Amino acid sequence: MKLFEYRGKELFGKYDIAVPNGRLVKNKNDFSDLHFPFVLKAQVPIGGRGKAGGIKSAENLKDAKEKFSQIMGMDIKGFTVGKVLAEEKVKIKKELYLSITLDRSKKMPLIMASREGGMDIESVSDNKIFKEHVNPLIGVQSFHIRGIVSKLKLEKEEGKEVGKVISKIYKMFREYDCELVEINPLIITKKGHAMALDSKVNINDDALYRHPDIVSENIELTPLEKEAKEKGIAFIQLEGNIGVIANGAGLTMATLDALTHFEGNAGVFLDLGGTDDPEKVKQAFGLMKKAKPKVIFLNLFGGITKCDTVAKGVKAVITQEGIECPVITRIKGCNEDIAKDILKDAGLITASTLQDAAQKSSEMAGGK
Amino acid sequence: MSIFVNNDTKVVVQGATGHQGVFHIGEMLNFGTKVVAGVTPGKAGQNVHSVPIFNDVKDAVTKTKANTSLILVPAKFAKDAVFEALDAGVKTVVVITENIPFHDAMEFVHYAKYKNAVLIGPNCPGIASPGQSKVGILPGEIFLKGNVGVASRSGTLTYEIVNSLSEKGMGQSTCIGLGGDPITGTSFIDSLDAFEKDKDTKAVVLVGEIGGTAEEEAAEHITEYISKPVFAFIAGRTAPSGKRMGHAGAIIARGKGTAESKIKTFKKANVQVAEFPTDIADLIEESV
Repeated sequence: MKLFEYRGKELFGKYDIAVPNGRLVKNKNDFSDLHFPFVLKAQVPIGGRGKAGGIKSAENLKDAKEKFSQIMGMDIKGFTVGKVLAEEKVKIKKELYLSITLDRSKKMPLIMASREGGMDIESVSDNKIFKEHVNPLIGVQSFHIRGIVSKLKLEKEEGKEVGKVISKIYKMFREYDCELVEINPLIITKKGHAMALDSKVNINDDALYRHPDIVSENIELTPLEKEAKEKGIAFIQLEGNIGVIANGAGLTMATLDALTHFEGNAGVFLDLGGTDDPEKVKQAFGLMKKAKPKVIFLNLFGGITKCDTVAKGVKAVITQEGIECPVITRIKGCNEDIAKDILKDAGLITASTLQDAAQKSSEMAGGK
Repeated sequence: MSIFVNNDTKVVVQGATGHQGVFHIGEMLNFGTKVVAGVTPGKAGQNVHSVPIFNDVKDAVTKTKANTSLILVPAKFAKDAVFEALDAGVKTVVVITENIPFHDAMEFVHYAKYKNAVLIGPNCPGIASPGQSKVGILPGEIFLKGNVGVASRSGTLTYEIVNSLSEKGMGQSTCIGLGGDPITGTSFIDSLDAFEKDKDTKAVVLVGEIGGTAEEEAAEHITEYISKPVFAFIAGRTAPSGKRMGHAGAIIARGKGTAESKIKTFKKANVQVAEFPTDIADLIEESV
C-alpha cells in the first residue's frame, strides 16, 4: 500500500528523520501559521506530479491562495488531488537520492544512494547509483553505511548525517514491513543537516494487520477495486471491455493473454482463487456486473475444487441475480462434463478450449 | 528418481487438525505420501486419518523420523512454524500459506539456507513426484508418472499444463510449485540444477509470470549449465505496469519484470516458449 507523501513524512518523524516545516492545507484561507516562501504539493500516489503542475511555490498570501486553488482538485495521471501539503522552503546545499527496497533475486533489502538527487532515479545511469545489500539476519551494520557514504563523496559531517538517515530508514523499512522507503531528494541544508524533502513509502499489504497505526487508505485503487479488496477478492480494473473471471492468478493472467491474441481486450481481472464458496462466487459476479463489461469470460480449471461445485455456484448466482451480458465459459478438470451441463442449463455459452473461448469472447466484445 | 521429494520422504504436517489439514492429509495418503505426523499445539494424542498428532515439531521428529514439513498454518503464525521445523532438524520445508508478510519470508528463507535445508514456497501449491510422494495441495488425479520435470510460479495454471501433459501420455518426474510471492525459497535455478542431475527427467517445463527477474536468471543459467531441453510458458504478457496481478510477486515495477523481457531471454537460451498453456505438450511432443 502506497502512502501519501505527508503520511510517509509522519513516519519519518517517528524515526527522527528531519523534514521541512509544514502541514496539510485544508482551504485557501488556511495559511495562518506558515512562513513564506513555501511550496504547495499535490498529494497523489504517483510520480511526475511536478511536471504535471502539482508542485508550486508561493511567495505571498495572494500567490498562495491562487496556487492552492489551481492544485486542489486537479487531475494528475487519473488521480484527483484531494490533499495539498504546504512546506516551508529550505536552503539547499546538496541534493542526494536514498532508498531501501527489496531485491527479489538476492532476497534481501537493498540500499541505494546517489549524488544525483531530485531526478527520476530511472533516468540516472547505473554507475552513479551506489548499492549495498543487507542480509536480514544481520541487519544494517557500520560497514554497509561506510560503503555507501564513502562513495557519495561528502564532507565528513555531511557523511555522518547521511549515515544516521540510512540507519533510521533501515529500521523503519524492517519495523514497518516496507516494500519501499525512498527519499528523493535527501538534501544537505545550508547549515549542513540532512533533511527529507520528499517521501515515497510503500507498505506490504500482507503485514498491515500488525501496523494498526497505518491508516488503510488504498489511495492507488479505484472505488470498485477498494470494494473488492474489502471482500478479499483479487480484482483489477483494466482498459478493455471483457470481464475475466478465472481461478488462480496465473490462469487469470494467461486468460488475459489469450484474449489479446484474438484482439480482445480485458477490462477486469478477477481471480476467484481456490474458492467454491457460493457466497464468494456471488460477490465476484456482483462486482463484475458493477464494472459493466460487454462480455464475461469465465475460465476455470477444477482440481481440488471440483468443476461441478463451482458451476453450481455460478448457476445459482446467474439464476438468482440475472446477468445482462453474454457469459462465455470454458471449464476443464475434475468433473468437467457435469459442470458443462450445469452451465449450459444456466444459459451460458460453453467452449471446449481456452483458444475457442478467447476467440468467441473477443468477437462478441467487438475486438479492440 | 525425482527431485526434493521421493519414497524416503516422511512428512510432518504443521497445522494438521484444521479443515485444510485434515482434508489434505487424506489426499496425500491417497497419493501414497508417507504422512507420519501432524503438529497442532495442545492437540497431542489425537489422530487425523490415523496419523498421530504432536504438540511440537521436535517431538514429532524424534518419534517419527519425519524429514519434511508441510506448513499449513495461517500467515500470522507461519514464520514461527518454519523456524520451529528448521530447528527441529527438518531438511525440506514446504510452505503453502499465502499472504505471509515478505519480511517474514525473507528471514526464514535465509535461515533455511543457514540450516542447509530446502525451502519451497511460500504461497505455493507444494510438490509432487508421481508414484512416490506429494507434499502439498496439488490435485493428485492430474499426475502421471514419467519424465517431464515441471517448475512453476503458479498453481492452477500448472495443474492445467500438467493435466494436458498427462492427457497426452507425457508423465512427470516431479512437479514443483515455487510460489507466487516476491520472496520464495527454491528458485527456477535450484529446480533446473536438480532436474539436470535427475536421471528420470528428460525435459523440463518452466511456468513463469511477470514480476522480478527469476526467469531471466534461469535463462542465463540454462545457457551455461543445463543440457536437457527446456520449455516455458510466461503468464501476464498483457499485464499493465504497476498493477499486482493476483500474486503478490506478479508486478511489473519500475520497468522490470515484463513478460516480453522473459520471453526474449528464454528464446535466446533456446528455450521454446508456448503461446497458450496447453501448447507446451505439443512443443515437447514435436521436439523430444
